Amino acid sequence: MSQGLSPIAFLTRTRRPGRIGLTDILSWAWLVLGTLAVLIPVVWAGLSSFKPAAEITRFPPTLLPRAAVQQTVPGFDAPLSLWTVDVDGKSREMAMVRRIGLKAQMVDPSNPGPPVSVDVKSMSPVQRLTIATENYTDPLTRFDFLTFLKNSVFVTFVATLLTLAVNALAAFALSKYRFRGEKAIFVLIISTLMIPLTVVMVPAYLVVVGVGLVDSLWGIIIPTIASPTGVFLLRQYMLTIPDELIEAARVDAASEFRIFWRIVLPLTAPALAVLAIFSVLWRWNDFLWPLIVLSSRENFTLQVGLNAFQGEFSVQWNYILAMTFLSLAPVTVVFLFLQKYITTGIAGTGMK
Amino acid sequence: MSTPKATDLGGRALDFVMGVVEAPINGFERLMGRKRMPYLFLAPNLILFGIFTFLPIAIAVGYAFTGGTGLFVSERPFVGFDNFRQLLQCEDYLRPGSCRESLFWTAVWNTLWFVGFNVAATLLVALVTALILNRAMAARGFFRAMFFYPVLLSPVVIGLIWKWFLDRNGLLNAFLQMLGVPPEIFLLDVGWSRFFVVVVSVWFHMGFYTLILLAGLQAIPKDLYEAAAIDAASPRRTLFRITLPLLGPNLLVVLILLMIRSVQIFDEAWVLTNGGGPGTANSFIVQYIYQMAFGSDLRLFGLASAASVLMGLVLLALTLIQLRLGRKMES
Amino acid sequence: MGNLKLTNVTKAFGALTVLHGIDLTIDNGKFVVFVGPSGCGKSTLLRIIAGLEDISAGGIEIGGRDVVQLSPAERKIAMVFQSYALYPHMSVRKNLAFGLENLKFKRSEIETRIGEAARMLAIEPYLDRKPRQLSGGQRQRVAIGRAIVRNPDIFLFDEPLSNLDAALRVQTRAEITRLHRQLRTTMIYVTHDQVEAMTMADEIVVLNAGRIEQVGTPLELFDNPRNLFVAGFLGSPRMNMLKGEVTAVGEAGVTIDAGYGAPLSASIDPAAAKVGQAVLVGIRPAHFAVGDEGLPFVVQYHESLGTETYVYGTLEGRDEQIIVHQTGHFAPRPGDLLRIMPLSGRVHVFDPDSGLALPQSVSQRSDVHEHA
Repeated sequence: MSQGLSPIAFLTRTRRPGRIGLTDILSWAWLVLGTLAVLIPVVWAGLSSFKPAAEITRFPPTLLPRAAVQQTVPGFDAPLSLWTVDVDGKSREMAMVRRIGLKAQMVDPSNPGPPVSVDVKSMSPVQRLTIATENYTDPLTRFDFLTFLKNSVFVTFVATLLTLAVNALAAFALSKYRFRGEKAIFVLIISTLMIPLTVVMVPAYLVVVGVGLVDSLWGIIIPTIASPTGVFLLRQYMLTIPDELIEAARVDAASEFRIFWRIVLPLTAPALAVLAIFSVLWRWNDFLWPLIVLSSRENFTLQVGLNAFQGEFSVQWNYILAMTFLSLAPVTVVFLFLQKYITTGIAGTGMK
Repeated sequence: MSTPKATDLGGRALDFVMGVVEAPINGFERLMGRKRMPYLFLAPNLILFGIFTFLPIAIAVGYAFTGGTGLFVSERPFVGFDNFRQLLQCEDYLRPGSCRESLFWTAVWNTLWFVGFNVAATLLVALVTALILNRAMAARGFFRAMFFYPVLLSPVVIGLIWKWFLDRNGLLNAFLQMLGVPPEIFLLDVGWSRFFVVVVSVWFHMGFYTLILLAGLQAIPKDLYEAAAIDAASPRRTLFRITLPLLGPNLLVVLILLMIRSVQIFDEAWVLTNGGGPGTANSFIVQYIYQMAFGSDLRLFGLASAASVLMGLVLLALTLIQLRLGRKMES
Repeated sequence: MGNLKLTNVTKAFGALTVLHGIDLTIDNGKFVVFVGPSGCGKSTLLRIIAGLEDISAGGIEIGGRDVVQLSPAERKIAMVFQSYALYPHMSVRKNLAFGLENLKFKRSEIETRIGEAARMLAIEPYLDRKPRQLSGGQRQRVAIGRAIVRNPDIFLFDEPLSNLDAALRVQTRAEITRLHRQLRTTMIYVTHDQVEAMTMADEIVVLNAGRIEQVGTPLELFDNPRNLFVAGFLGSPRMNMLKGEVTAVGEAGVTIDAGYGAPLSASIDPAAAKVGQAVLVGIRPAHFAVGDEGLPFVVQYHESLGTETYVYGTLEGRDEQIIVHQTGHFAPRPGDLLRIMPLSGRVHVFDPDSGLALPQSVSQRSDVHEHA
């Protein structure tokens, strides 16, 4: 049988121990290529973000961030660049004094005598691994990136805290009480899952203007706090907390709010953690809504700032990439540590 | 007693804050009784939903029937179906240039093409990946995480990373040069830029759909495969007669979800293509709405709302199909 | 004080009425068991007393105080739940302290009470453990401890032993009884297990379908079941029932013919019965003498438990199963024909239509009490 050659077979055959078939090779090839496809653009951008401005547009590009080496040579005021030069069939390092057409004037950096004339074709620059930290420090100090960063951190932190509090309270009411209108309210909240922001963004903007939150960080925090996904996730989890615990607390003279924060909230910690992770990612990555609401530069979040920045400094890729990486880093760290939580959370709720 | 730990201090701080918050809430409970507490607990959520979700929905439809450039409904003249007429007036819908609102129809056609290619490509890639990951692979967790990683990134970041990758001096051109192909400015070419908007979208989202499909595949009982193996079913028959039919409901849900999300393409395409370029090659419906309402000094809120309503109707239809499928799946 | 008075307590969930006007008085310091089949409303009644459920109509007084409008905390009750309902994220100590903290007790007072309760229940070594680190029996004791520290007027137990294994159940039963003797506080205990009811209660309240069937001491209920339900529910194996007819009414009781030409005499108030009346005769398995005369009993099989033997069979020519209990070893073969005779004064007679027991004659009633 030649099943191993059919492309269908490679998708369905289960592995047998001790035999590596074509199916396994194709599967691994797909996965490895896929992983490379995911990683290469990200890693490439990451490596590029450390390249000095002069290097970043070099084509063909070098893989690692490198820069020409310069050295101060006795007798010259400015530092000179180092080159590898072929002189009399021997390769040696020399410093370039000046360049005239196809000839360059070179001196020995350690023992500068009279300059030697060298053919440009026979020389190549000496480069060392250099990390251009100024790509990161400049935007944070000279441009507004520190402000953007502060705004993003503030929005993410405050919105996540409020999201947890407001939705946990609602989920508590919807899971641990029986009251008139309970079902209707739940359906009403869940139905808002179906209304994407893109459909209501014009009137939502009007409302934000109406309540005076336009061009304010609160204008992107407050409208996003009430989350149907959050209510749903927390409610489903709270339903698994036995009602007898609530009753025991009532017999123990706890007020309803005390039951919420001393009993229910601690026991909902796993679901709260999942919601917190999602909320952080949502708020940190949010783009369209902040783009609409925020208009003055000092209120921009990182994403909006990044977008504005690339329009203004379209050629300064070293800065753009550095800031891109600054925005990507926390998400990557969160993912590295909480990968299991996130993937099972999404598989369990189908949300994103 | 042991010395207080940091967590103890945090706990005490929380206790203090909650103690302050608690007092008025307990007062409410004493005054109104335990039975009314759930309403109090729901209030913040419902007020926020009311103001920022339900109110906009109510306004959205009304807005679409007004004109002018005023922001508040009171400042806006009622214009009936004018906005819709403006959007829909066309000699030949296949030629956006012949329409009164040619930008809108360009966006509609761009979006339709994008949805078609993106849905097909994402579904195919996600399904193949899920099928492979569903086999007893070593390092399954690693690969699942790897493919999922881009899902968590911001669309702006993804737009910028790919823009750099596709740059005239980018890695892709360097690679092509090694093969002897002359460099290309991909994002300034109509065909290439459209192609890469789909590539980036697949790259961005496929991990999410892979995860959902993988969950569906893992829910198929293993003994079915064992029974099929005993019944000497070929791999092709196993795939088409067992795996895909049982995955069918998940596939349909993923398909609809993908459509709903693809129709709303905006963020990453906006950043990647510098706002829909070259020209209007990558101008999509959400971008049209955004530009009409906020993008310039036009402030055509009525026209934007009318376009929103039309898109909302399409999304609503897709959602209803999804709900119906979901119900069928449960029964 | 911990006396409880329920008047016409009614509970309805929508159209479904689960408690039909319960009237009940419980004296201070009594150990009262609510028993009945599942769904009879016993747990609902307990939760109503606790204040965890509202009542649709009626009144509740604890210590002479109307508590209908009061929250559980204000009723001065404490409850031990079926699942124990220990707060899983708190240590045992914090579990015990939680209620007292809510009532704003002083730290020192809380510590004292926890210390006392822990000593009484021998849970001192576990005070700093979390509930999940405890065995079932230890959790049970912590749950009781949480009730004790509150120093309540009434303890409420909701099937507290149902999650324990058989051996532990017997042991904990004895501990709760000991605790009651020590504390002398009113305890109300819900169970579906008649052995628990019989062994622990000062007074048993038998509930069925939202109504009280009978209230009394365990032996009162055993000896004088008021109706067919109580007769069938208490006692294991269940009481045998024979159809019969009153053939004579005399000064000392009535004579009943259950067929087979063996008249059965029962000490029934002569005023309550008349000749020709159809009745159901109830005889507990232990109240038969096996001998030369009596009803013809065909053996099907027997179960020997060593110190006692249950013989299963039917009366000759009939289908209803009859169980006969004998002490010691007794091994009839299947198909053997035995003669069985009810012990005198141990014959219960019921009206088949109303299900009520016919009242016993006065002399007989006192006789039974001497037995007890």
